[in-house]
Amino acid sequence: MNTKKLLLGNEAVARGLYEAGCTYVSSYPGTPSTEITEYATKYDEIYAEWATNEKVAVETAFGASVAGARAFSAMKHVGLNVAADPLFTSSYTGVNGGFVLAVADDPGMHSSQNEQDSRHYAKAAKLLMLEPSDSEECKEFTKIAFELSEKFDTPVLLRLCTRVSHSQSIVELKDRIEVPVKDYVKNPAKYIMNPAGATKRHPIVEQRQKDIAKYLETSSINKTELNSSDTGIITSGASYLYAKEVFGDTVSYLKLGAVNPLPANLLKDFASKFKRIIIIEELDGIIEEYCKSIGIECDGKNLLPNIGEFSQELIAEKLLDKKNEFVSFDDNVPVRPPVMCPGCPHRGIFYTLKSLNYTVLGDIGCYTLGGAAPLTALDTTICMGASVSMLHGFNKVRPENASKTVAVIGDSTFMHSGITGLIDIAYNRSISTVLVLDNHITGMTGHQQNPCTGYTLKNVPVEPVDIEKICSAAGIKRIRTIDPNDLKECKKVLKEETEASEPSVVIVRRPCALLKKVVKKPSLTIDTEKCKKCKACMKIGCPAISFNGERVEIDKTLCVGCDLCKGLCAFDAIK
Amino acid sequence: MNNTVNIMITGVGGQGSLLASRIIGEVVMSQGYDVKVSEVHGMAQRGGSVVTYVRYAEEGKVSSPVICKGEADYLISFELLEAARWVSFLKVDGKLITNTQKILPMPVITGQMKYPENIDKAIAEKNVDITAVDALTIARELGNEKAVNVVLIGVFAKKSPFSKDAFINAINKCVPEKFRELNIKAFEKGYEF
Repeated sequence: MNTKKLLLGNEAVARGLYEAGCTYVSSYPGTPSTEITEYATKYDEIYAEWATNEKVAVETAFGASVAGARAFSAMKHVGLNVAADPLFTSSYTGVNGGFVLAVADDPGMHSSQNEQDSRHYAKAAKLLMLEPSDSEECKEFTKIAFELSEKFDTPVLLRLCTRVSHSQSIVELKDRIEVPVKDYVKNPAKYIMNPAGATKRHPIVEQRQKDIAKYLETSSINKTELNSSDTGIITSGASYLYAKEVFGDTVSYLKLGAVNPLPANLLKDFASKFKRIIIIEELDGIIEEYCKSIGIECDGKNLLPNIGEFSQELIAEKLLDKKNEFVSFDDNVPVRPPVMCPGCPHRGIFYTLKSLNYTVLGDIGCYTLGGAAPLTALDTTICMGASVSMLHGFNKVRPENASKTVAVIGDSTFMHSGITGLIDIAYNRSISTVLVLDNHITGMTGHQQNPCTGYTLKNVPVEPVDIEKICSAAGIKRIRTIDPNDLKECKKVLKEETEASEPSVVIVRRPCALLKKVVKKPSLTIDTEKCKKCKACMKIGCPAISFNGERVEIDKTLCVGCDLCKGLCAFDAIK
Repeated sequence: MNNTVNIMITGVGGQGSLLASRIIGEVVMSQGYDVKVSEVHGMAQRGGSVVTYVRYAEEGKVSSPVICKGEADYLISFELLEAARWVSFLKVDGKLITNTQKILPMPVITGQMKYPENIDKAIAEKNVDITAVDALTIARELGNEKAVNVVLIGVFAKKSPFSKDAFINAINKCVPEKFRELNIKAFEKGYEF
């Protein structure tokens, strides 16, 4: 079968997994990497799962590799922070079956809490890292990654970014190669990384990286495009596409398909042909620093930013001082930030937290939107699980404020890395109140199953994790469960639990309004005769309720009839 | 590159711009052109401003997946304020197709900012080739407000260099069977506009 299809970069990586004979995929969702695993699970030949977090996902995939299978894990850039521990040491042991990790960076932070450049990990963990530019390369590089993983006995990183992961381009589909699971032979010298074992492996890692660099000097994964020009551009990934858009055939290119290790001779040879070398790389100047270290004179971060996403517009402006003509709209255009959906179960609890004027340590998920106006009920958002552990530290040094300070964390994030923080609270006895916002799904990344939902990635029903029992087993004695849309009860329970003199957990339970199982009720309307225009109903920040200067209105196309606003109306005007 | 045609779709998270860009991508691909479709997922979908890009090359290959200021041949906006926000991405002689539906953003709802008045008139005064369509009313008449996106694809189809059949085939390919009839009707209404 050789057909062409328009595929999302992430879908093409999944296709690459299929064609490469990969049989094991384990990941934790994270934009912009999530769809890789969702598409991988559509192939019956691939076992795919959502793990509890990225560290677990990478370790299970590494286990599958050591057992002899071609195994894979995908994550967003910050997910690699979580998985860094197994990554660094699996670099020492090497693999059995091919072992590939995809990491998707988010320059411009479309959906992330920082803008880190994951190429630093490839350098630090001494690993081969490939970087595709489009969907065809996503598929082919995934296959090459497995081959090189087995050839050089190493985990291989595949670096993606938002524009590569979430762009569709044409891919030529090929057949799957069946790769049987290799034999597993016990080999303590390779797989037991105690000091004696690791000491012997480290020189092997250093030699391997030299061997890979040598291989990359001539590998076709690094492409040279020579045009008659005075300028040579060294680039990779999405940056190559922007450069090509701006310069076309007026310059020559060295497009690096492998961004670590870098091929010194290839770079020097390319640079020697041109009067001027420009390094075009998004985020940090990693290629540039290396080029300078081997004596190549070049431009790079002196002209281009190390902040934000690149585009043809940015490159044309910074390097050619060229700007397009365009029409502009003169009036002020209000921003349109993302908001909690109509009917969102998080709205009621954030309304309550705001009305109590609590300090709220937040976490990563849809509920991060609780920090936006008009709710503005969040104080911090750092990383997965940080709400719970930060609360412990916060309360230890400000015990007098503990009755007005809480952590909020979603069900999936609690599974990911909230439980360890809660055990720390119980074990080291801080008088902390943790709110687990259980909406029965991993929401922000687009509805993925998790251990609390009762279904696997393949939609197989399983016993859901019992959050109450986990908290109880951790040593928490005060555990309450509330409905966030019962505002009176919310306020009462939050006051009681924060004022208690021991740690407590409040499970705030209501399913995500976008879940199919949640029945949408008819939209509500405002009785204009009863309405006093006090706008109390607008304090919950529901996008369906607005004031048009004369009267308060409910947008029928948006309202899902959750009734939350009804409870706020003192005049019984909402029906 | 000069032979690349740029189609930009803007709207509000939840309006179905991903599907629209995929349908247009399918149409272009069926004509044998190289194409790239770029989307935004995650945070941007939660009722925020959403932008997708479709680029195709009449010859050769498409490089960049994104469209920048002054580059779009067509801007299809699913919401009026978004047309104002993104009109600067149109080429000076580009075509704007906009829905007249207004979805109020949070700063307007909370009273911090005003939704500008007469957006379509103000844009037309700048000599922009603008087609304003009340796609919401058309979709409502068909019994499903979610069909706004396909109504607007219909309006675009009529102005595009591609045949009606190419669009209908693409809709059939991209839309689940139970919604096909509605979507084809919505497309026809837009095409007749």
